[in-house]
Amino acid sequence: MSRINDVGGMAGFPAIAEEPDEPPFHADWEAHVFALNGALIKRGVYNLDEFRDAIERMPPEEYLAASYYERWITAITTLLAEKGVASPDELDVPHD
Amino acid sequence: MSGDHPSSVISARVRHVEALLESRGLLDEGEIDGRIDEFLAGGSPANGARITARAWVDPGFAERLLADANEAIREVGLSMAGGLQEQRLKVVANTADEHNVVVCTLCSCYPIALLGPSPGWYKSEAYRSRVVRDPRGVLREFGLELPETTRISVWDASAESRYMVVPRRPEGTEGLSEEQLAALVTRKGLIGTAAV
Repeated sequence: MSRINDVGGMAGFPAIAEEPDEPPFHADWEAHVFALNGALIKRGVYNLDEFRDAIERMPPEEYLAASYYERWITAITTLLAEKGVASPDELDVPHD
Repeated sequence: MSGDHPSSVISARVRHVEALLESRGLLDEGEIDGRIDEFLAGGSPANGARITARAWVDPGFAERLLADANEAIREVGLSMAGGLQEQRLKVVANTADEHNVVVCTLCSCYPIALLGPSPGWYKSEAYRSRVVRDPRGVLREFGLELPETTRISVWDASAESRYMVVPRRPEGTEGLSEEQLAALVTRKGLIGTAAV
């Protein structure tokens, strides 16, 4: 069965929205997520295929609701937990 | 782009993960900023424009480019090796009869090391889902109306293989230098959602 990311040919998506003078990143955190992923792959914490897989196995409703780099940070934290680098609790932002 | 979480919440989440990784010795101080600077100074559509202009003025280069792009772009001092791993690059050229357009239906594969970040619309579900089913309609939305007789080929990128389009050389540009020709080429032209 295909996963939610496999949207080729799927009906129901809206018109394509172009953004004039689009910056490479829309917020600092997006640039940080991009760089963080590169650093972790370079260190061999996980590889590029594992990273893509972690995005693509997000629950469909979460995948569709998330922005592009939100999917990245979700995949990064999923893999950090699965690889035993940190527990899910440690990866959560502490609440006061 | 979609996304319901306020930027401050997600920003705090990213900072938290970064700090945690630094404390575990998996990130060096300043490493992230360095990587961001390096990335922003790296690939750019200007590289694709240079390749295109060379292909327009040098038929021998154009032939080598279509046969083995990874090798050919070294002739203009470029390479696909700037990213996490060197990916195969396939270059396809538009002709009077055929127009090419590139997508990654599964995610967002794009020759980033060469052309810099991809535009947001390239990564959108709207583009990824629709351009393979109705390329002519999607190109029309981008303002590119192709004759019914023009065949459209859609190239679906993958983790190992990336694509770039060489647009057709505009008429009336015989007198222009290679540099002036390169200035005509846009990122959308290199993806195939614009004529040049």
